[in-house]
Amino acid sequence: MFAIILLNLRTIPLRFWMSLASVTAIAVVVAVLLTFLAMANGFRTTLEGSGSDDFAMMLRSGSQAELTSVLTRDQVNIIAESAGIARDHKGALISAELYLTVDAKQRNSQSKVNLPFRGLDERGLELRPNIHLKAGRMFEPGKNEIVVGEAIQREFAGFELGNTVKLGNTEWQVVGIFSARGSIFDGEIWTDVRTLQNQFNRGNTFQIVRAKLVNTGDVNPILNAINADQRLNLDVKTEKAFYQKQSQGISNLIFYIGWPLAITMSLGALAGALNTMYNSVAQRTGEIATLRAIGFSGLPIFTATLLESLVLSFVGGIIGTTIAFLFFDGISASTMGNGFTQITFQFEMNANVFIQGIILALTIGFSGGLHPAFRAARLPVKQAFATIR
Amino acid sequence: MNDDLFRLHNVHKEFSRGKQKITIFDNLCLHIKRGEFITIMGPSGSGKTTLLNMLGGIDKPTHGQLFFQHTDIAQFSESQLAKWRADHVGFIFQFYNLMPMLSAERNVELPLLLKNLSRAERKKRVNAALTLVGLQERAKHYPRELSGGQQQRVAIARAIVTDPDIVLCDEPTGDLDRTTATQIMEMLQTLNREFNKTIIMVTHDPEVAKYSSRQLHLDKGIFTDLETAA
Ligand SMILES: Nc1ncnc2c1ncn2[C@@H]1O[C@H](COP(=O)(O)OP(=O)(O)OP(=O)(O)O)[C@@H](O)[C@H]1O
Ligand SMILES: [Mg+2]
Repeated sequence: MFAIILLNLRTIPLRFWMSLASVTAIAVVVAVLLTFLAMANGFRTTLEGSGSDDFAMMLRSGSQAELTSVLTRDQVNIIAESAGIARDHKGALISAELYLTVDAKQRNSQSKVNLPFRGLDERGLELRPNIHLKAGRMFEPGKNEIVVGEAIQREFAGFELGNTVKLGNTEWQVVGIFSARGSIFDGEIWTDVRTLQNQFNRGNTFQIVRAKLVNTGDVNPILNAINADQRLNLDVKTEKAFYQKQSQGISNLIFYIGWPLAITMSLGALAGALNTMYNSVAQRTGEIATLRAIGFSGLPIFTATLLESLVLSFVGGIIGTTIAFLFFDGISASTMGNGFTQITFQFEMNANVFIQGIILALTIGFSGGLHPAFRAARLPVKQAFATIR
Repeated sequence: MNDDLFRLHNVHKEFSRGKQKITIFDNLCLHIKRGEFITIMGPSGSGKTTLLNMLGGIDKPTHGQLFFQHTDIAQFSESQLAKWRADHVGFIFQFYNLMPMLSAERNVELPLLLKNLSRAERKKRVNAALTLVGLQERAKHYPRELSGGQQQRVAIARAIVTDPDIVLCDEPTGDLDRTTATQIMEMLQTLNREFNKTIIMVTHDPEVAKYSSRQLHLDKGIFTDLETAA
């Protein structure tokens, strides 16, 4: 059996160009699929890293995103008294924040995009345990100082430490770079909330209130407080739930574009694989019939043909994953998030993505080899006498 | 007496081409004894290859009996036939049918892969077969590096390496010149006389037929020689 498989594989060079075309088609399909998977993966990591069940997010009711929400100082003061929010000797652990967008230029393409600019309360940092300063220091209240996420610094021009950048109508000095471990905050610019309100003429309004929960995941006491007071037209969600909802749009987009595209292309590659394998069987007709006449059963011939297809598709799969890996792993991309801000994330290739690529390749190889292999195994043996070299 | 190697009894064979049925043999009877060297001659389309295919277990009669020793191989399943071929028959084809990607010795080794033999034992048998056809020094050569006659000798080595009872040849010299054909025929004669192989061969060439111990003439599915009716 093994000898027949080897014998079969040794005849591949006789169909070199056709086999190569088949391998290439599979490689392209796999590369495309992996690119989408890596995108989805990176996106998910970014958003999941952003959300925790320890914190609650409160927006104006009906607002899907921070940008479209407005809260007044009064509302913030009332909600701060709600049960379910953790407190210490300094009072409730909440941060009322302003969130708006500013123009910036992308480093590579020079294209203009909107970047999120967030104003934090004095307790805002305490409510973000995953943040740490990589360079410089924190902004000081009352000064035009900003700290920026590392993705911002990497992707956009002018945000080097110590630089002054113009955001809106005012100049801001970059005093620190922070890392949010790949979460969504890596793509944000931060300053003191009151400074931001002043510079952008926002009066005493906010977009969002962030609060630490007494009991992880339990927003019910806050929900009760909201329902009990007509002035509080708010929605409350855990941070995790909030970002999950945010990521849904993009995930759906990746799903509804990526998979159909990959599947359609797979059909093309499958047609190529089928063609290659029928051709292989046709080319080996005399050989197969001779082997059968000698006394080999259909099984090794079936196996050898199927294996040829699997080997070709496996090679295609490896090439495809290698291409995807070389070109896309670790590459950052920005995507329009919900509410038209840039979400900066990294393509993330991992073993799981790799395996999915190989499985897709082998599936194409298997489907493309199955029927030709049956045909090969059932070739009439009589052909052996009829073949002409 | 029943020491026949083959006994065909009322063998009927027909092919259907679309709706049309063509009868090739109708009630064909034939006895072949062990150690015979038979040539089958006859015009094109007379059924020579069809007969050889049935004797080699490659094709089955539509009905009728085809005894090999005491078993009716017409009743065999596909896989039983494959095993039977591996055990009892060696084939020699007009166009040699060697595997182009394998060296001479690997080609000869192929039928042995179906047997449970050690690598050393296989090597020994391959060498013996190649020596018999005078090609031991060409063992590592590929078919494309060999002449037609040499390729056919490799094919003969492949046919006899398993020590089969029967060697079946369909126009083995059809593609060779006279001198080479004579060489091949002498080799087959040696196999027949010294190794007691039963040889059944289809040929168009009366010169080649002279090497046989019995000549059969087939025309439209009927043996025209009277003595073959036995
Ligand atoms: N698979 C098949 N289907 C239909 N008809 C067939 C098939 N195989 C053979 N025949 C027909 O059976 C008849 C005998 O064929 P066969 O090959 O046995 O002749 P042959 O004597 O070997 O001829 P040649 O000398 O040309 O090789 C021919 O008429 C041929 O067309
Ligand atoms: Mg013929």
